Amino acid sequence: MAPRKRLLHWIAVHALGVAAALFFVLPFVFVGLTSLMSDEQALTRDLVPDTWEWGNYAAVFRVEGFALWWRNTLLYAGLGTVLTVVSSVPVAYALARFRFRGRRLVLMLVVAMMMLPPQVVVIPMYLFWAKQLDLSGSLWPLIVPMAFGDAFSIFLLRQFLLTIPDEYLDAARVDGCGELRTLLRVVLPMARPGVAAVALFQFFYAWNDYFGPQIYASENPAAWTLSYGLESFKGAHHTDWNLTMAATVLVMAPVVVVFFFAQKAFVEGVTLTGVKG
Amino acid sequence: MTTRTRGALRTAAFLSPWLVGFGLFFAYPLAATAYFSLTHYDGFRQPVFNGLENWSYVLTDYPAFWPAMGNTLWLVVVMVSCRVVFGLGVGLLVTRIKRGAGVFRTLFYLPYLAPPVAATLAFVFLLNPGTGPVNSLLEGAGLPAPGWFNDPDWSKPALTALAVWGVGDLMVIFMAALLDVPRERYEAAELDGASAWQRLRYVTLPAISPVVLFAVVTGVIQAMQYYTQPLVAGKVASGAIGGSGRQFRPGYPEDSTLTLPQLVHDLGFQRFDYGSACVVALVLFALSMVFAALLMRRGGPLGAGG
Repeated sequence: MAPRKRLLHWIAVHALGVAAALFFVLPFVFVGLTSLMSDEQALTRDLVPDTWEWGNYAAVFRVEGFALWWRNTLLYAGLGTVLTVVSSVPVAYALARFRFRGRRLVLMLVVAMMMLPPQVVVIPMYLFWAKQLDLSGSLWPLIVPMAFGDAFSIFLLRQFLLTIPDEYLDAARVDGCGELRTLLRVVLPMARPGVAAVALFQFFYAWNDYFGPQIYASENPAAWTLSYGLESFKGAHHTDWNLTMAATVLVMAPVVVVFFFAQKAFVEGVTLTGVKG
Repeated sequence: MTTRTRGALRTAAFLSPWLVGFGLFFAYPLAATAYFSLTHYDGFRQPVFNGLENWSYVLTDYPAFWPAMGNTLWLVVVMVSCRVVFGLGVGLLVTRIKRGAGVFRTLFYLPYLAPPVAATLAFVFLLNPGTGPVNSLLEGAGLPAPGWFNDPDWSKPALTALAVWGVGDLMVIFMAALLDVPRERYEAAELDGASAWQRLRYVTLPAISPVVLFAVVTGVIQAMQYYTQPLVAGKVASGAIGGSGRQFRPGYPEDSTLTLPQLVHDLGFQRFDYGSACVVALVLFALSMVFAALLMRRGGPLGAGG
């Protein structure tokens, strides 16, 4: 009886798994199939293309601005990620390792900033960048602040640095290393997975950001990012679902590719932000 | 220089990027938002103090405020529970799958990574009432085919479907918690003759309750801050052309997808009523901080202990 029950259980679990997998995967499949349909067929209820129009993807790149949006997105995400990591690591290190008065307060403020929706402070921030510095119509109002530490990255890195045993740091100190040398030579190499997770999250954040480019770049299509440009794609370029879905695939694809190469760091990061050990 | 001053200088040096960022991008704009909320301000002329006029306008006369609050409550109750229940279900499933567990985990996780604008666009297409694959399948099966993003009664359920599709973050967090439950407790329960449901109810759930609480509270915060998906869904489903210089009244269809952050954008950047936009921003701030405080309590999930 028992082995039979176990077999039934095995079948039930895996059948449910397949059903769930269909729910998660089918949207991608339908999007992919539609992106390969001809203009006429995209207006029908067909699910599978009659002729496979791979040229749709080339057509998307010919749409005015699309190549430029790629460049802007890479600049925002790439430069933003580098600045965030460089500025957040020392702050996280201080919060994880130094004993000082007000540490708890700083930590609480970091978490508060982490929970703050960008819309709360956007009006003074917009007036500051647009009226004082005349930088609206560009992505700089989004990139520059990343040189001043990002709350979420600081928090995640601190959680990670706490897991490094004190003995390593003490050993470095006994060898006469100053704090900065200890951080660069001893801590950073050990914290590589944490830094990788933060870099990934920040890259994806910038890649996915819609509100930021909407506020600062909407007036200047030459400064748009993929996430912002994609929204206007269908209406503004009089394209049908096939080209719109091809553009959608092109915006999703890099994220998926990066994920496959860095899956471990990513999942570790998500777990780390969840609940402290 | 004494060791203490040196220590303080060192700490300040390491913290300096954050100290500047805190002042420039948090403390100053927050104070300015509070001040602007008490003024008439259009961004061109100097702000003029007008007391609580903006507050009474937003709370009593601005027609979009209460629908946005109502939608937020709906999202907090329905969307958050669906995500937590589904995330836990998928987490339980993944920890039980023996063959190809890694493949299943990756497939379940992928949608979470889809950029929000792209995922929203995909769902508006999948659920479009004319030629969308979902309604084709529903009609093929003889089931009613709703208007989804074009029907005020179905637009929030459609957004919920989108949010549940991207449940991978919760799945990973639940998975980690489920694997931490000591096996002996299950074995003891099994010896006592507990059914599968009883094991879930009396062993699993109590053991992972802090993680469930974390998922619920962060879910509530995300629901209050929900912006990109409802706005993009409304714009694309209504056929409004996005982009420069075009106005879009958010909430399509019939205010059913309005949320508070969209009001900040609408009041501030489309109507240039910065004072009233700041009122909504402060309401959003207060609500976010109440729930953030829940997370930060001593012993809470993000408690800054140690």
